[in-house]
Amino acid sequence: MSSALSLAHEPVTGIRHGKLGMWIFLASEVMFFSGFFTAFIILRNTNLPVFAHGASELNWPLAALNTVNLIVSSLTMAMAILSLEHGNKSRFQLYMGITFLCACGFLVIKYIEYTAKFSHGIYPGTSSFFGMYFTMTGFHAIHVIGGMIPIGWMLAKSFTKRGYQDWERVEILGLYWHFVDLVWIFLFPVLYLIF
Amino acid sequence: MAAVATTQHDHAHVATHDAAHAHDHAHHSVSFIRKYIFSTDHKTIAKQFLSTSMFFLLVGGAFALFIRWQLAYPGEPIPLVGKWLPDTLVSNGAVQPGFYTQLVTMHATIMIFFVIIPMATGAFANFCIPLMIGTDDMAMPTVNMVSFWLVPIAGLTIMSGFFVEGGTAAAGWTNYPPLSASGTGHTLWVIGVFLVGFSSILGGMNYLATTLNKRAKGMRMFDMPLTVWALFITSILQVLGTPVLASAVSLLFVDQVFHAGIFIPENLLTSTGGLFPNGANVGAGGGGQPVLFQHLFWFYSHPAVYIMILPIMGVVSDILATFARKAIFGYKAMVFALMAIAFLGFVVWGHHMFLSGMSPLLGTTFMLSTIVIAVPSSIKIFNWLGTIWKGNIHFATPNLNALGFISTFVCGGLSGIFMAIGPIDVYIHDTYFIVAHIHYVLFGGALFGIFAGVYYWYPKMFGKMYNETLGKFHFFLTFITFNLCFFPMHMIGVGGHMRRIHDPYVYEFLKPFQPINQFITIFAILMGFSQLILIFNLLWSLKFGRTAPRNPWRANSLEWAAPAHPGHGNFDRDITVYRGPYEFASPQSKRDYLPQWIRPAHVDAEQEATVVGKH
Ligand code: HEM
Ligand SMILES: [Cu+2]
Repeated sequence: MSSALSLAHEPVTGIRHGKLGMWIFLASEVMFFSGFFTAFIILRNTNLPVFAHGASELNWPLAALNTVNLIVSSLTMAMAILSLEHGNKSRFQLYMGITFLCACGFLVIKYIEYTAKFSHGIYPGTSSFFGMYFTMTGFHAIHVIGGMIPIGWMLAKSFTKRGYQDWERVEILGLYWHFVDLVWIFLFPVLYLIF
Repeated sequence: MAAVATTQHDHAHVATHDAAHAHDHAHHSVSFIRKYIFSTDHKTIAKQFLSTSMFFLLVGGAFALFIRWQLAYPGEPIPLVGKWLPDTLVSNGAVQPGFYTQLVTMHATIMIFFVIIPMATGAFANFCIPLMIGTDDMAMPTVNMVSFWLVPIAGLTIMSGFFVEGGTAAAGWTNYPPLSASGTGHTLWVIGVFLVGFSSILGGMNYLATTLNKRAKGMRMFDMPLTVWALFITSILQVLGTPVLASAVSLLFVDQVFHAGIFIPENLLTSTGGLFPNGANVGAGGGGQPVLFQHLFWFYSHPAVYIMILPIMGVVSDILATFARKAIFGYKAMVFALMAIAFLGFVVWGHHMFLSGMSPLLGTTFMLSTIVIAVPSSIKIFNWLGTIWKGNIHFATPNLNALGFISTFVCGGLSGIFMAIGPIDVYIHDTYFIVAHIHYVLFGGALFGIFAGVYYWYPKMFGKMYNETLGKFHFFLTFITFNLCFFPMHMIGVGGHMRRIHDPYVYEFLKPFQPINQFITIFAILMGFSQLILIFNLLWSLKFGRTAPRNPWRANSLEWAAPAHPGHGNFDRDITVYRGPYEFASPQSKRDYLPQWIRPAHVDAEQEATVVGKH
């Protein structure tokens, strides 16, 4: 506002406010998921048979597919940032679009997995393993949806007349998106592969 | 405006200020809603936090008085309000056992999550950080707005528990399962705590980004006042600690709704059979770990007690230095002590669980790490004493409250050391000794510090001076009644009086304590009603207070460079920082203080222009 006053200067750290905020937020997110992993480790060590049995009931090939899915989306997200930075609008739309589709694909597969469990009468209350499974993957899925909203918004915006140019914002979103991917990279072996 | 912009050496500059402000005003036909309700201005948000917390302070205080009434006169109807309460809560106007546990739970939940934390971080961080680092607003104003609005939503969620079947949460503010693993009231508690925790994380994120990125020109980290340092370090605790509470309550939620057996142990039998619909045996699919919840909970909640006290330590440091007209003693040591307390705060949580079932070896490590915290804490105490030592002490209301903070905090810290010793804690755990401790650190410590800060910054917040006589009266009344109320709790605690008990006198050995409990209750009531003086003073002075000067306390930090009642954008002058915030009695200046923003070559002329009394 008070443009004549030189109070609002360049960020002291040289990192844009939003980006700095995102890094801090991600630190917080790491602690959030750490809480779940801690609980998982403790419960697993005290209920080994239940956990082994639970994990064996999960559909790991589908989850592996989903892992590939998210890794690809992380890659295309990075390409989208680069394209926008270089001012290549159509490339940005392409890569951002693929990212969005991958995210949708992830949720569809997750939906298939969940409904398969429900149809076998498996719910979060079935055992402490499934309690943990549904909580951890559920919160992860919420994070995926939370990422899809701004991805979709930026994509839609870039199709309007004014377009979308703020590649630094996309970069900030990218940080978040890579984090969501990373969480899955931990969830996948921990939930599906050890039994 | 030009008269206010005191950098008269540069008329062209002043003119641009004017232009900027004219432009400002044209722009500023913001709607009432954007200006006062969904505001993104950090000062407005600070005031919103302050008023919301004040409201919750009254609610939580009323609950406390119900509790005290029951302990002093069990079975007798609550005066005035008893007959209005529904029969599910009271019988013949007297508190029922179920209502009693709800009261202790809600009292602590409200005081911790909705009073002290939002005041210490929300109100002070929002008001002080941008002003004290010389900038116009927070780094992320919209996030800041969301961080406030989550608080009333969370508060309403938790309070709505009173209207659901089975009543509100009643397992204590620590909400341990399995007791808390069923009932709508507990589920609402979990949702509310999750939301208020999210508010805390968003706030902390913003305070960190702002402090790192938006400091005025020339201000290094070690030029920041201790208030800002303390809030900065507190924010780290908020950002790293709160999410663990969020994951703990999320898992508790899954247990409540689905009976997953995460915290509910295998083959749990309850006397009523009502806790779980089938009577028992939820653990067919693996047994849960109730103690796991305690670990996760205290991993947050011990750092949380530092979230409640560190900002206050910063505020008190600034106030003591200003009113003793002396530099803070050992500025860097104060900063490092804050860091040490924050770090150690993450490795001591087990001292709340000595009796929960823990390897004695682990208990010993927690005992040692807890005792070690006494070292940085003492550094702070000694440095405060060093600051006021031989100072030119002014006993204005903020300073009285700050001194009150030190004396009660020392007392609470000492009882902490007792409880930190495992073998002693076995005896006093879950007694009124603990209640005495928490009130000495949280009421005596945090709340006196909050009072100090509110009085200290009131002139800058509202542009008016509060009434000094009423302020002093409020302080002395509160200080005396506080000690008479809480000190005897140490004694009945050591005598075996347990906490959270509806009617202690069912035990023969507690009967002699009834007169002491009545004594405590009388002073609790007096203390409660003394707070009306504070509320009256704050509201009355809004309208009838003397107009505040720009720098009423002749302090050095940047907020006093802003106009008496700063508008949007905060400052009417460029801010460059030339020195640390504690230059009292500097040989460079004729006066006994030398603000951070005064240019070295112009000390006398410029200081003249912002001298006390001018707006
Ligand atoms: C030298 C500093 C301190 C030490 C050594 C200390 C130690 C302890 C210990 C060992 C307990 C557990 C007692 C038990 O339940 O048996 C405890 C409880 C507690 N402390 Fe402190 N404490 C210190 C400072 C503080 C401060 C600064 C605060 C808050 C501002 C605080 C707030 C609390 C609270 C709220 C509880 C009770 C938790 C509950 O409801 O069970 N303490 N403290
Ligand atoms: Cu503690």
